[in-house]
Amino acid sequence: MKHTEKELQALKEEVSQMWKLVLSQLEKAKQAFLNNDAELAREVAAREKHVNAFELKIDSDSENYIALFSPVAVDLRLVLSLIKINITLERIGDFCESIARYVIEQDTPIDAQLIEDLQIEKIFDTLAAMLSDCFVALESENTRLSGKIMQRDNDIDIIYLNALDVMTAYLEKNPAKIKVGLKTILLIRKLERIGDHCNNIVEEIVFYVDAKVLKHTGQ
Amino acid sequence: MKIQAKNIDFYYGDFHALKGIDMEIAQNTVTAFIGPSGCGKSTFLRLFNRMNDLIADTHLTGECLIDGKNIYQKSVDVDTLRKEVGMVFQKPNPFPKTIFENVAYGLRVNDMGNRTFIEQRVEESLKAAALWDEVKDKLKKSAFELSGGQQQRLCIARALAVSPSILLMDEPASALDPISTSKIEELIYVLKEKYTIVIVTHNMQQAARVSDKTGFFMLGELVEFDDTKKIFLNPEKEQTQNYITGRFG
Repeated sequence: MKHTEKELQALKEEVSQMWKLVLSQLEKAKQAFLNNDAELAREVAAREKHVNAFELKIDSDSENYIALFSPVAVDLRLVLSLIKINITLERIGDFCESIARYVIEQDTPIDAQLIEDLQIEKIFDTLAAMLSDCFVALESENTRLSGKIMQRDNDIDIIYLNALDVMTAYLEKNPAKIKVGLKTILLIRKLERIGDHCNNIVEEIVFYVDAKVLKHTGQ
Repeated sequence: MKIQAKNIDFYYGDFHALKGIDMEIAQNTVTAFIGPSGCGKSTFLRLFNRMNDLIADTHLTGECLIDGKNIYQKSVDVDTLRKEVGMVFQKPNPFPKTIFENVAYGLRVNDMGNRTFIEQRVEESLKAAALWDEVKDKLKKSAFELSGGQQQRLCIARALAVSPSILLMDEPASALDPISTSKIEELIYVLKEKYTIVIVTHNMQQAARVSDKTGFFMLGELVEFDDTKKIFLNPEKEQTQNYITGRFG
């Protein structure tokens, strides 16, 4: 392998490491939320600094790669995709931190039945599957999974809309819990946004592998 | 530092070709010189093995040190210096001899070892120049039968045969096609593990791809000398920026 190829592979590997870190953050944020585990939540919040530092490192290495190696064609598409995926992963990391802070700041736990009715665990699991499948798609340079990943985002959107109805009904019965109710809806909204970000990652992988632009096409 | 240039001024007759150049080059690095034609980059490169001595009516002031020793002292033997500091030129210039004899030439004229040693050294040099696999079955054929890219790698092998520690390359890939150029660039990258390499190139992307440090010359002055990453991402001087972005002139 030529040294220029090795440099590009090293950049891709860095993004893979970032991916694993963010996936781990998402899994821990889920456990912290479902178990109301403030200690674990604090760990997630602390590790957000690592995610930020990783983003800056990948940014810098991408800039250097473009400056030094003037990539074209598939190499250029890969670097451009990695830059955007890196930004997106960092944002997902931010959402994980927000969830962790929600757990840390929460005075009284949410009713277990409400969590079940809102299908929050299912959203977390779907997001983890989306993020993992995106990773596999990039590693294998195979975009066949893209349709499946995007369909999962639609599933999350449906759960989110349903959650609004569930929460409305809950608050009508429990008006004293309006504050925790609003915070919980904001949290679900953040999870829904993570789904959108996974979709953006899929679009970048399709751009890299198939040289097709899916953005704003509704596909 | 492997090479140190201290306040170098160089003249071709009355023409002031290099103006107060200071530079330090570390061992086992690749340093690229870039700049417009006539900026002095090749003149500066040729100082390191005293190739400019061959040009009449030239004059040098300042010091040029290799391994801490001033190579322009009267006691320095130029032939010995040029074994230590090999050179590869823009156009491949193999001798009208066989492939084997081209690489063995420097060893024979310097009386460096017996037949077995020479055979071993030729093979090592051709392997180091990434040419061995392509020529091992035709070592007795004329070097002129090789392609341009192969001839240039043969010239690199010839330079390596006498075990230099520094390799100077003056536009080594400018006469070659993209595939041969890529092979030379890859070779430069590998060779820096054993050698200190200084390369003059008009191809800025080539400088970016292969070098650790880059020096930008203009009108005989060293405008900027820094890490290649810095030069190509965020140069200090506006002149450097204008040149590497193509806005110059």
